[in-house]
Amino acid sequence: MSNLRVLLVDDEEEFVTTLSERLSLRGIETEVAYNGENALAKMNQITPDIVILDVMMPGLSGLDVLKQIKEILPDIPVILLTGRGSTRDGIDGMKQGAFDYLMKPVDIEDLIKKMNEAMKSR
Amino acid sequence: MPGIKERFSKWTRIGTSDSLYNDDPPQKHYDRLRRNLMIIIISMAIIPMILMAIINYHQYRNAIRDETIKPIQSQLTNLKHVLDIFLAERKSSLNLITNSYDFEEINDQAKLIKIFMVLREEFKEFVDIGVIDSSGLQKTYVGPYNLRGKDYKDQGWFKEVMVRNEYISDVFMGYRRFPHFVIAVKRDLHNGKFWVIRATIDTAKFNRIITSMELEPGSDLFLINQDGILQTPSRYHGKVLDKYPLSMPVLTQISSAVVQERYVSKGYRTLIGYACLDIKPFILIFIKKPGEIMKTWFALKSELFWVLFFSCILIIGATYGIVKTLVRHIQESDERRGTALREAQYANKLASVGRLAAGVSHEINNPLAIINEKAGLMMDIIERNENFSEREKFIGLISSIHRSVDRSRVITHRLLSFAKRMDVNLEDVDLADLLKEVIGFLEREAFHRNIDLRLNFDPELPGIISDKGQLQQVFLNIITNAFEAVENGGMVHITTSIKDESNVQVIVQDNGQGIPEQYLPHIFEPFFTTKKKYGTGLGLSITYGIVQKLRGDLTVQSKEGDGTTFTVIIPIKSKPDLEGGDHV
Repeated sequence: MSNLRVLLVDDEEEFVTTLSERLSLRGIETEVAYNGENALAKMNQITPDIVILDVMMPGLSGLDVLKQIKEILPDIPVILLTGRGSTRDGIDGMKQGAFDYLMKPVDIEDLIKKMNEAMKSR
Repeated sequence: MPGIKERFSKWTRIGTSDSLYNDDPPQKHYDRLRRNLMIIIISMAIIPMILMAIINYHQYRNAIRDETIKPIQSQLTNLKHVLDIFLAERKSSLNLITNSYDFEEINDQAKLIKIFMVLREEFKEFVDIGVIDSSGLQKTYVGPYNLRGKDYKDQGWFKEVMVRNEYISDVFMGYRRFPHFVIAVKRDLHNGKFWVIRATIDTAKFNRIITSMELEPGSDLFLINQDGILQTPSRYHGKVLDKYPLSMPVLTQISSAVVQERYVSKGYRTLIGYACLDIKPFILIFIKKPGEIMKTWFALKSELFWVLFFSCILIIGATYGIVKTLVRHIQESDERRGTALREAQYANKLASVGRLAAGVSHEINNPLAIINEKAGLMMDIIERNENFSEREKFIGLISSIHRSVDRSRVITHRLLSFAKRMDVNLEDVDLADLLKEVIGFLEREAFHRNIDLRLNFDPELPGIISDKGQLQQVFLNIITNAFEAVENGGMVHITTSIKDESNVQVIVQDNGQGIPEQYLPHIFEPFFTTKKKYGTGLGLSITYGIVQKLRGDLTVQSKEGDGTTFTVIIPIKSKPDLEGGDHV
């Protein structure tokens, strides 16, 4: 679990900063981005192990960002978060190469479990 | 047309009406429509026909009557003239005598005999002749009776002849014992006195003139006087001097004959013609039973009637049939439209609620996620700080926040599943295993509440191809509902069976409180709930939606106090309604 670097992308700052802090408490290194453009820029700087990506964002949507990540760094697993609770967003994302999807609000233990699964599958 | 507008407004009302289930126009509306159509079509067809029939009737009648009546009229007029001439001739001959002879000459028996002989040569019907002086005494008389010296002073005819100078009597028998009449003519003298010549005429000649008309059988022709006394014998209406049995004709002053069609007695119709003589107010009467010509008229008349009658029957019958079929079609299409409208409306309601639900749950999920993370962070911090004095209390509070978040999440996720954003995953499903799994969730509750849970599974039940997860949700909902409906110690009975070659059915029966009749039509509507505190009103709605999507059917029977039976029909091979899942 240690030395894991995660990029959190969500337009809800309160959500993303809090989640970041909680993951840090569990020894996971996090970077945050509040929109798609910012996320893609950070991708080039830090090269994370996993990306946690919200689907519904203004500007570049989560699925757009996913597409571009898969173009530049196809090996990095992406876990999608969806607020719409719709399996369709998740399934669309998985078709485009996302590892899996979780519905908001998400339990942090579930998220960590999913991240571990993603790392193992790498 | 009456009724249409009303029906229209009824349909337009549907859009705003809450009573989704009672909007078919009532039966009496169609009865009224049928009646009005019948009246309009029948009157439009029959009234012109009847009018035409009436016009034809009159035209035919006038034509035929003219054919029948005209000859009778001219015959009667001719006969009238003959009779007038007859009387005028007799009268003139007497006038000739009075003007040719002085009283002294004519008062001579021999002379009078001579005159009478001459007269008889011309007119055989003269019976006798007499000369009367101004005192009314018959001075001279020639004839079969000895009437010389008879005093006529007080007799009516003598008074009339004094005033009018001439007199023609009605026919009478007198002591001569045969029907005859009298003509008298007055001659004035210079000294204010006068004399009268009076002759009696046998009516036999009169009768011969009339009988010479050669009447058809059934016809009758005779004279009556003004008092209705027969002056000549008749065939069917009495002897001479009998009373005319029919009502007297209304006399007109026109000199030609009048012919009328009359009902003499019930249904017995005759033609009656009459003509009034000019010389003497005798009335010539002609009575004819309608002959062949009129028979054709009566035949035509009844033919006309029957044609009219059967046409009317035909029109009414045809109209009845057409209108009945038409109104039935209207009613059927109304009903189909009503059903379609209701279904469309129900689908619309579901769809709009679904859209709303999706939007709302998304908006709520994001802040809910923030609350969840904040509470989670607080928990993380407190768990890592063992010196915090209120640690236990805070852990309790945060757990409570987590539980509330979970509850909210369940609601938003249910809202979203209601929005039908669900995918159908078809797989082989063993319905008995699936039901046992579902019951597994509820076994503890059944045990604690002492609920008599009976399973009656058909061992022959085939495996089905359907969505296992969705079916689990369906049965979980229905069986949970049954558990909620029954009292402790109640009964829930689950039966599976083969419905038909392509469907299986699961019946979930409870003996709980039942559903009030007024709620039954609404229980599958979203947000309809009787569980005021706990229910979202989505459970059965979602269940219904899933069953529909799996191309099955969900029905409910319930009686308040007796319990409720849900019947789920599932196709053995589901072809999911993919369209239905994605349009929200």
